[in-house]
Amino acid sequence: MSNINLRVEEGEALLITGPSGCGKSTLARILMGLIPHSYPGELEGEAYVFGMNVKETPVSRIATCCGMVFQNPENQLFTFSVEDDVAFGPENLALPPDEINRRIDEALRLVGIEHLRHSSPNNLSGGEQQKAAIASILAMQPSLIVFDEPTSMLDPSSSASLIQRIFDLKKSIEETGRRTTIIIVEHRIDLLLKHISRMVVVSDGSIILDGDPMRVLEESFKRSIPINIPPPLQIYFRIKDRCGLKNPPGTVKELIASLGVGE
Amino acid sequence: MVEIVVENLYFKYPEASDYVLKNINLRIGEGESVAILGENGAGKTTLAKNLNGLLKPVEGSVKIDGVDTRSLSVAKMARRIGFVNHNPEHQFFAETVEDEVRFGLRNFGFPEEEIERSVQEALGSFGLEEYRRKNPFQLSGGEKKRLAIASIMVWHPEALIIDEPTIGMDYAQRLNIQGILRNLVSENRSIIVITHDVDFAANICRRAIVLSRGEIIGDGVLRKLLSDRELVERASLKKPFLVELEEELGLSGLEENFDGLSSILTRFFQKCRS
Repeated sequence: MSNINLRVEEGEALLITGPSGCGKSTLARILMGLIPHSYPGELEGEAYVFGMNVKETPVSRIATCCGMVFQNPENQLFTFSVEDDVAFGPENLALPPDEINRRIDEALRLVGIEHLRHSSPNNLSGGEQQKAAIASILAMQPSLIVFDEPTSMLDPSSSASLIQRIFDLKKSIEETGRRTTIIIVEHRIDLLLKHISRMVVVSDGSIILDGDPMRVLEESFKRSIPINIPPPLQIYFRIKDRCGLKNPPGTVKELIASLGVGE
Repeated sequence: MVEIVVENLYFKYPEASDYVLKNINLRIGEGESVAILGENGAGKTTLAKNLNGLLKPVEGSVKIDGVDTRSLSVAKMARRIGFVNHNPEHQFFAETVEDEVRFGLRNFGFPEEEIERSVQEALGSFGLEEYRRKNPFQLSGGEKKRLAIASIMVWHPEALIIDEPTIGMDYAQRLNIQGILRNLVSENRSIIVITHDVDFAANICRRAIVLSRGEIIGDGVLRKLLSDRELVERASLKKPFLVELEEELGLSGLEENFDGLSSILTRFFQKCRS
C-alpha cells in the first residue's frame, strides 16, 4: 500500500472493495494493529483507531474495542467447541459469567447457529465455520468491527440474512446511545448497497475512489474498474441517459419496472 | 475420460451420529459440467470428496469407470480427477508459488522439460507470473485461490472438482476462471463446481445437483431447476440474474443452454414486435 489517507467517522458503515490483491485485507489489518505488530513489513505514516496509535498500542488493547472477522475462519477458531470460541472474547474482557452466557446466546442466534453450540469447529462446513467466527466477534460487542469478506462461504440466503442482522444489531446498539462503526471488505457489493453509507475502492495499493456508494459505482463502471457491480446497475449505468432513468434499481424487478417493460 | 457412478451412498464422519449424506444416487458422464448447489452444511463438499475417493462411503458405492473407490488409491485417482479445495491454504506446502505449481507434475513423473513449460503456462494463465518466487502464504485471498486452481489444472486432469472457485475473486478474475473452465468443458473434460455463486454456475454448468440436509432434492438442467421457486428457497439459493431477467421480461420456455444478456434482450424485442 502507498500513501493511504482515510478518515472513518464513528458510526459509519464503510465498504472497502477493489480487485483481488489490491491491498484491502492489508488495510484492514493496519486498522486493527495486526500490522505492524503481527505481520512483518514496513509501515510508514500513522494510523489511529479511537485515538490509539496502532504502532504504539498493543493489539490486545486495540482488541478491547475493535473486532476483526478474518477472511479465513479457520485462522480464528481454535477451541474444541463453538461455545468456547464464542465465549473466549467476552471471557478475556473479564465479563461476569451471566453476561458471557447471554452474549453467547445472542451471538449464536444472530448468525443462526444455536444448534451448533456444542459442535467442534473442526467438524463444521466452511459456511458454518464462517458464522461461528462472526459470532465470536459479535459477542464482544466491539465499537468497531472490521469484516474481511464475511459472506464468502455462505449460501445466498444466509449471506443476505446475516448482513441484515449485522446492520439490525448496529441499529439496536445505536438506539441505546452507543455507536458502532462497521468496515466491510467485500467483493459482493449487491448484498451491502442498501446498508452502507460510503464506499472506498482500492487498486494497486492506493485508494482510487471514496464517497457515496452509487457515485463510486458509476465511476467504477465508466472507468472499467474490475469490481463486482451488480448486474441491474450495470444495465442502468449503460442506458440511464438514453432512457431517461432517474433512480438506480436495487433488483431486476425494479430495473424492469423503471424501463416500463415486462409482463 | 471419466465416468463417476454413485449408488445408494451414505456417509458420516467418524464418531458423528448423523449421516451427512443420505441415499445419494447419481451418474456424472464424460464431459459433463455439473454444479453442486445447496445451503451451508448441506453436504456439498463431503459429496465432492466422495466423488474423488478422498472420503469413502460408509454404505453404498462410488465407482470411477466401474471401479469402486475403496479399491483405488487417492494418488491414482488424483491424477485423473483433480480436486481444488475451498480453502487454498489446505493445499499449500511448497515455499514458492512456482514450486507449488511444479509439485504435482514432479510427483506424477512428468519430464523436466515439460514441467517447466507447463509451469510457465499455468503461471501466465492465472496471472501469477510476478509472484513466482513468493511464499504462497503471503499471497492475498484471491491470489491463493488462483494458485490452488493453477497447481491442479497444470497436469490437465480428465475431470476437475472445484470447491467454491469464486471466493475472493474480483470481476475480471471470475471471468478468467469462467473462460478457463468453459474451455475444459469444450475439451470434453468433466467439471464439477461446488458453489453458492449461481450466476457463475449458470455460465459454466448445464446440469445442477441440488442438495439439502444431505439429500438430493433436485438433479437436472440448471436453468430449469433454478426457475423452481420452491426448490430455490428450500436450498437457500437464489435465481441467476439472467433467469430472473428472463422471467421478469415474460420470456417463457427456458432453453437448456445458457445464453447471454444480448440474446435475452433480442428475444424480448422480437416478442414486443410480434
